[in-house]
Amino acid sequence: MAHVALADKGQDLAHPKTWIGAYVWSQDHKVIGIQYIIVATAVGLVALALSAMMRLQLGFPGIFDLIQPNEYYSAVTMHGMIMVVFMLTAFFLGGFGNLLIPLMCGARDMAFPYMNMLSFWVYLASVLVLCSSFFVPGGATGAGWTLYPPQAITEGSAGSGMGIILMLVSLALFIVAFTMGGLNYVTTAFQARTRGMTLMRMPLSVWGIIMATILGLLAFPALLVAAIMMLLDATLGTSFFMPAISDLGEVSSTSGGTPILFQHLFWFFGHPEVYIVALPMFGIASDLISTHARKNIFGYRMMVWALIAIGGLSFIVWAHHMYVSGMNPYFGFFFATTTLIIAVPTAIKVYNWVLTLWHGNIHLNVPMLFAIGFIFTFIHGGITGLFLGNVAVDVPLSDTYFVIGHFHMVMGVSPFLIVFGGMYHWYPKFTGRMLNDTMGKIHFWVTFLGTYAIYLPMHYIGILGVPRRYFAYGTTLSFPDSVQVINASITIAALIVGTAQLLFIFNIIWSLFNGKKADSNPWRATTLEWQTPDTPPKHGNWGPELPVVYRWAYSYSVPGADEDFIPQNEVPSENSKHEVET
Amino acid sequence: MAQAESNYYIPHGSYWPITGSIAVCSLMVGFSNVLNGDTWGKYLMFFGAIVLLVMLFGWFGAVIKESETGAYNDQVDTSFRWGMFWFIFSEVMFFAAFFGALFYTRVYSLPWLGGEGTGATTNSYLWPGFEAIWPLTANGPGEIGGEFTPMPAWGLPAINTALLLTSGVTLTWAHHALKANHRGQLIIGLFLTVLLGAIFMVLQGVEYYEAYQHLGLTLGSGVYGSTFFMLTGFHGMHVTIGAIILFVILIRCIRGHFKPEHHFGFEAAAWYWHFVDVVWLGLFIFVYWV
Repeated sequence: MAHVALADKGQDLAHPKTWIGAYVWSQDHKVIGIQYIIVATAVGLVALALSAMMRLQLGFPGIFDLIQPNEYYSAVTMHGMIMVVFMLTAFFLGGFGNLLIPLMCGARDMAFPYMNMLSFWVYLASVLVLCSSFFVPGGATGAGWTLYPPQAITEGSAGSGMGIILMLVSLALFIVAFTMGGLNYVTTAFQARTRGMTLMRMPLSVWGIIMATILGLLAFPALLVAAIMMLLDATLGTSFFMPAISDLGEVSSTSGGTPILFQHLFWFFGHPEVYIVALPMFGIASDLISTHARKNIFGYRMMVWALIAIGGLSFIVWAHHMYVSGMNPYFGFFFATTTLIIAVPTAIKVYNWVLTLWHGNIHLNVPMLFAIGFIFTFIHGGITGLFLGNVAVDVPLSDTYFVIGHFHMVMGVSPFLIVFGGMYHWYPKFTGRMLNDTMGKIHFWVTFLGTYAIYLPMHYIGILGVPRRYFAYGTTLSFPDSVQVINASITIAALIVGTAQLLFIFNIIWSLFNGKKADSNPWRATTLEWQTPDTPPKHGNWGPELPVVYRWAYSYSVPGADEDFIPQNEVPSENSKHEVET
Repeated sequence: MAQAESNYYIPHGSYWPITGSIAVCSLMVGFSNVLNGDTWGKYLMFFGAIVLLVMLFGWFGAVIKESETGAYNDQVDTSFRWGMFWFIFSEVMFFAAFFGALFYTRVYSLPWLGGEGTGATTNSYLWPGFEAIWPLTANGPGEIGGEFTPMPAWGLPAINTALLLTSGVTLTWAHHALKANHRGQLIIGLFLTVLLGAIFMVLQGVEYYEAYQHLGLTLGSGVYGSTFFMLTGFHGMHVTIGAIILFVILIRCIRGHFKPEHHFGFEAAAWYWHFVDVVWLGLFIFVYWV
């Protein structure tokens, strides 16, 4: 059931009376976006709890005894997979994508609202299947979030029975859900924009989300294929990832496959997946920075082309995750080169954010704090990425805590800061109330400083050679005993940061009832979602007439204008005669 | 650039999506259970499949109704085109990954196991006696995979290639007939296409039966059997879906749906069918022939 334009039928909008009509049967993109956000947050809290258990074990081995070694591996695996796929991907594309694309493009809804709704419900099913794997015999899979075979499916490793089956089935469901949602996001942004909204006038948030969606549509099939093959290897005795191996003296009944093939397929998905999370993060960060610095984004076209270039390049860097798999050195050289090349458009984006801030009228409110904090964490995570992109540096560092520190900075904390910034920024539009400022500032400073307390020491112990995925280290001559002290301090910092996230959840719920009432455009932003007739926007978004767009999304501080912003849909007049689009 | 119109009919709530979710969830949980060797899973799977079918009937029925009552304008038509384009692109990547796996196995992993280049010691210690041959028959430690005869290309597969290529031609004929408003030719062309697709599926079934019964080629026959059944199996699944779609389109044509200038439902099915056709050519060349 598509999004139908009908000139002769006039307005015919839904006004559901019942709760079930409004929240279960609704095909409204805003309801779906909020549902995505709620489920992603809930499953993210599960992953947060898992990380707290892991940290307690690592920081104080033998004292809390919350989890056994096998459960520790399950926790590592589920924490990683949930955070990357079921939380961040779903939050950025399902959550922000659904909320923002139609509103920012000036559409009444997604192109295919029915498929959009189906996408959410299948996503929920995938989350339920995933979480059910905690409760099956053998527990959730403990193969690490990369699920490398043969370990993932070999008897004796954690969750190699039902656990891995449920994980693969859940991923398959997620991919089905994502594909249905993704077709919507791309089609809506390319096809349902309002009059005057040319591609080069779209806010960067929309650009980031649709580029990420395109990456997802092209990369997720590789994961689906890998999941199907592994499912059959685990259950029906096929040989895709299994050479003839002997396990506990018994030769397996497989022949001719190779586990390296899985690594290639996984990372052919896995590296674009990093950018599926990163591109929406870039886009939203650009909009937050421009709005709260009251200044147009520096180099808009460059930002768009950088997004496209990063998206394209992200498909030819995957094997830099596999330098230690015994690959041909020339192959490694190629992937190291492409990895360094992808740093160029990424650096362009960072410079442009900084130049947007330069001489801006910076309002240090909560979304802006998160956006500026994001620039810091992203640079730190990105720089260590350059280290790991080089074969000679990566080989000694791989599978150490240096890698953990790197990717948590660049695609753990950075996207989360933008998720938070985006929530503080757009919450007033979708609820009609502001989030509490004081709680927001506490949340920011604890999270931002705590991040460094957690991850900077991880880089250090990584260089000392502490390997990742260990349940306990005991006494060893490989690295000094002081590592244990550092681990304990990391755990304490992590628990504090974890608690700050609960404050954020509390803030969201508390402000829903007690927050300051927000007017329709509290940040005085230019983009279309702030110009809706109602706050929160009603079904159909725009009332009787669709807005018409006359300018790009970044007309801030235009000389001679009455206000320091000119909305995208304001008719050109004396007020806007000095504006320039770049 | 597409311009949105000001007046819209926006679909109201629908209970089908959550029904579909329950169906897919039951289907997959049941499937996991079956794979794990338990018994109750197949009932849950059966339940899920039935509910899914009901949901698809409800969904597509509503779309067809919207289309036939003239609710779709050019913008919606273009939206469908974009959606279908990206869907097929995604499907292309799906099969690309399967072919990638096949090429990787044949070009890299088998020669490595066989001791090529720097793999000589790996071969002699870990896989003594393993020889890199394709098709990979019983070989190496433990004579894994058993003796089997690989599927010859110039028997049933060649006939199947001819069938699918012909079905592409008849489908194009039907499309031209639809554009020229020759309903009779349209229905005959489409009927032939569905018939050829059905014969293809039957022959594919015969081929699988032959493989299991007479050639000794099974899913467990080492990596040759795995890739063979995986690639042809997923292609066969796509042919089945494509044939069902075309069958529905055929019924709609018999009922007088579609106009010479406005028939994206037909075209989408045709895109899908041609895509499946092209995949088969790849399969015939790389799985059966060379």
